Amino acid sequence: MEALYAATVGVLMACGIYLVLRARTFPVIMGLTLISHAVNLFLFATGRLALRAPAVIGQSETYTDPLPQALVLTAIVIGFAMTAFVVVLALRAVVELRNDHVDGVDPDEDWRP
Amino acid sequence: MTLLSVVLLPLIGALLVPLLARARSPLIPAIASGIVTLAALSLLLLQAPTVLSGELITSEWAWIPSIGLSIAFRLDALALFFATLITGMGLLIILYAHFYFAGKPGAGRFYALMLAFMGAMLGIVTSENLLFMLIFWEMTSLVSFVLIGFHSDQRPARRGARMTLVITGGGGLALMAGIVLMGSIVGSFNLTDILAAGDELRAHAHYPLILTLVLLGAMTKSAQFPFHLWLPNAMTAPTPVSAYLHSATMVKAGIFLLARLHPALADTDAWLYSVSTVGMATLLTGAFIAMFKHDTKELLAYSTVSHLGLITLLMGLGTATALVAGLFHLLNHALFKAPLFMMAGAVEKATGTRDMRRINGLWRHMPLLTIMSAITAASMAGLPLFNGYLSKKMFFIESLDANVISPLNWLTPVLAAIAGLFSAAYSFRIFHNVFFNGQPRELPVWPPRKPALGIQLPIILLAAGCLFVGWQAEGIVHGLIRAMATASSGVKAPAYDMGQLHHVGPAFYMSLAALIGGLILYALRERLFELYDQLPPADAREIFEWLMTRAGNGAERFVHALENGSVQRYIALIILTAIIMAGPVLANVVWYGAKPMTPADPLTILGAILMMATAFGVVLGHRNRLFALLLLGSAGLFVTLTFARFSAPDLALTQLSVEVIAVIIMMLALSFLPQTTPVESSRLRRSRDSIIAVLGGLGTGLVSFAIMTRPQDSISDFFLEQSVPGGGGSNVVNVILVDFRGFDTLGEITVLGIAAVAVFALTRNLQLKHRIPNERDQYWASNPHPLILRTMARPILPIALMVSAYIFLRGHNMPGGGFIAGLITVVALSLQYMAGGLAWAHDRMLTSFRPLIGGGILLACLTGLGSLFMGLEFLTSWFGHYELPVLGHIELATALLFDLGVFTTVVGATMLILANLGKLMTVNGPGEEIG
Repeated sequence: MEALYAATVGVLMACGIYLVLRARTFPVIMGLTLISHAVNLFLFATGRLALRAPAVIGQSETYTDPLPQALVLTAIVIGFAMTAFVVVLALRAVVELRNDHVDGVDPDEDWRP
Repeated sequence: MTLLSVVLLPLIGALLVPLLARARSPLIPAIASGIVTLAALSLLLLQAPTVLSGELITSEWAWIPSIGLSIAFRLDALALFFATLITGMGLLIILYAHFYFAGKPGAGRFYALMLAFMGAMLGIVTSENLLFMLIFWEMTSLVSFVLIGFHSDQRPARRGARMTLVITGGGGLALMAGIVLMGSIVGSFNLTDILAAGDELRAHAHYPLILTLVLLGAMTKSAQFPFHLWLPNAMTAPTPVSAYLHSATMVKAGIFLLARLHPALADTDAWLYSVSTVGMATLLTGAFIAMFKHDTKELLAYSTVSHLGLITLLMGLGTATALVAGLFHLLNHALFKAPLFMMAGAVEKATGTRDMRRINGLWRHMPLLTIMSAITAASMAGLPLFNGYLSKKMFFIESLDANVISPLNWLTPVLAAIAGLFSAAYSFRIFHNVFFNGQPRELPVWPPRKPALGIQLPIILLAAGCLFVGWQAEGIVHGLIRAMATASSGVKAPAYDMGQLHHVGPAFYMSLAALIGGLILYALRERLFELYDQLPPADAREIFEWLMTRAGNGAERFVHALENGSVQRYIALIILTAIIMAGPVLANVVWYGAKPMTPADPLTILGAILMMATAFGVVLGHRNRLFALLLLGSAGLFVTLTFARFSAPDLALTQLSVEVIAVIIMMLALSFLPQTTPVESSRLRRSRDSIIAVLGGLGTGLVSFAIMTRPQDSISDFFLEQSVPGGGGSNVVNVILVDFRGFDTLGEITVLGIAAVAVFALTRNLQLKHRIPNERDQYWASNPHPLILRTMARPILPIALMVSAYIFLRGHNMPGGGFIAGLITVVALSLQYMAGGLAWAHDRMLTSFRPLIGGGILLACLTGLGSLFMGLEFLTSWFGHYELPVLGHIELATALLFDLGVFTTVVGATMLILANLGKLMTVNGPGEEIG
């Protein structure tokens, strides 16, 4: 199971990295989201994988490590705030720069319908 | 304490005077500045009897003891003299400036800057700690930059200011290095220790380096050759600035430093040759060029350069008598140069020009100024009986005794006499040209305005000072200058033989030769000007500007090469760096730890494969953006399932709600962005990116695997044990969030609030309405608010809110809590927005969102502060169990209040983000702001 989990984290990370290296804003935003997923899962896994052992006292025999969970919980919310901010930044950029490039190219390609 | 207040008075004044500058009468800021200066001066003079008797006043407060920095002051005769010069001259300048700025804007700004400069100069001369002194040293560079660029709308002023900053600022850096070296050798930055360790410093291997660095600092500040350039270019400053900074104070700071560090660094051949050679070169260059300048202030600037060279030369010779001569000339120079600058300013105000080819014969129009200028110019020329004559003769005597290059000992007095000759010539010129020499030619202001008495008053006082010093020379040299020389050299200076000043000897003939030669030179001036004009023009200013432009362009090219505006490149570099740094380390790690792997069940395998497939799908399909976004959403759902599978119900709930909202936001954004991504990257680039991505993914995956297969050693046992007895809750994750690590959570909700406000600000004036496509493509629904959705959404709201309340309340003991409850509320509310439309939903909102954010953070903070009142640490929680009617057994904890703060912030922030993004969509949305 650990190998499978690690492979998933790796794939999410690799796909995320490939997307943030694209030239337009939207793929970069999607890439960032994938990377946050990968990082959250990674951090979560530092508490080791445990089945049927939620960290609620009295609910099970053993308890999983609650600390990474607390960290990841806030990370999810902060990650959401970051996504929202980047999205608005992308919208702002498309208005100000009249294109959605992030690769240093700056053509005036206002694709107004 | 006195010394501290002497330095602080002008600095505080500098902060307060701008407030007074709004007063109707320009007299008020002038008087306020005058009072401050007078107070500082009086405090200083009160110390004079003690200090002149040879006592050293010090005071010290620790600041950063670990680096040897302390707020330490010292006042000895040398410091007292400079401090008195700074404040006394400052007082006269304030008086002068009041009349100079009459009818011009900017007086208030000038007084403030001048007081700041005065405080900084006082700091330099009274600091006991050299690191502390450096702060003031830099401050003078900065304030003089602003003062020189006072007329910031004029290009020459900006250029002059920049040149000064580059040269003096660069010197300041060198000085800092020198001081740090000295301090590390001596083991203390206090002057008392450094001055006592002169032998150690001179014997040290780094002595030449220290000397070079310190001299660079002093020479740049005191405009010594070849750094003298900035001083003539600083003449773009208003005249009060020139008179104050560039004749009396700032340019003397370098000389002060030479005198101050004399016991630590002087008395070596290196000192003698470097300082005296530089001084001589400056003396000659300045005197020669000054003669040929037609602008009064420029002539005076070069003359100042030359006199500073003279004093530096004397400092370089370093004998007790040379010190006396140098310090005496320093006093005299301040007394005759400042009024000449003031004269130049007054004449410019009266005639509108500073060009001596046009200003002539002003004696008819301003007789009083003529007499006063005659006195000061005579002093500068070195006419007998004036103070300038005495110190210049002292200089000639020293030059005769100087044993610099033994076979060429005659050279020093000869060069000194030549410099004296030019000095006499330009002194005659500035007086004769301005006040006599025929009639004025094409003055911009005609007839010349009569200068006010007030503007002449400081000139009169300083001219009187010149006469007084000439008259009482013996008393001043014995009483004041000797004490200064003693304080400077650290050994008691012998009494100066004033008798030799009245001997008819070689020095007398040198003076005579200089005066007569100067007269002849001046008589031949027209011929000389022609010759000078034929010299190849070597405008140092242009060379400097060329260098600056080159440096600027070079830096720009470098920055552009590094930073080409491509986020792609930055991210690639960041990730590559991470791979390169971490790669070799990770290659040596044992990947498989001792912990046995958990067996995998088919369902988990299926989930993992699907999750990987969605991720690949996002990449492969990212050109069709809506499709990729839907896949991204499913990837998020699989993450949720992962959390749920591996015993993290809180995470699963949070991820689920966040995922819903995040996808909504991205979908909103997508409607304003192109629906597809064109193929742009070359095949090569795509393969390169794939390699980086695979390496990054491989690394992360392997590290993750390596961690998971190792046995765990966590601090979490503490949390698990203490959760119920210490935190009063059985859901350990929630207890960690709101109790054990509550401070972290407080930070997190603050970040969330900031992000939301930033989104609010960025969308505020964002005009996107025209970007909404008229013809939606097939993916977008044609009906924005479908009837079924609208009907269903309303009954869902109370149910959702109830669920949210339930999740919130049980959060401490069961999966749930403020974050999750908040997100559920937001999902329910945003459904109303989508179903009913923005305006409809907005009208029904009871509160705007920004107060919710602030209120939530405030509530969380107050809960934390509450425990302080109980005498407990910040954010300590308290709880108790109660039996309430209807509800039954309930546990109340202050953590619940904190969690309520979290809940409120999450709702406020998320709704603010969603509503403002949604507002962009509405063609006829609410006109007013949302949030």
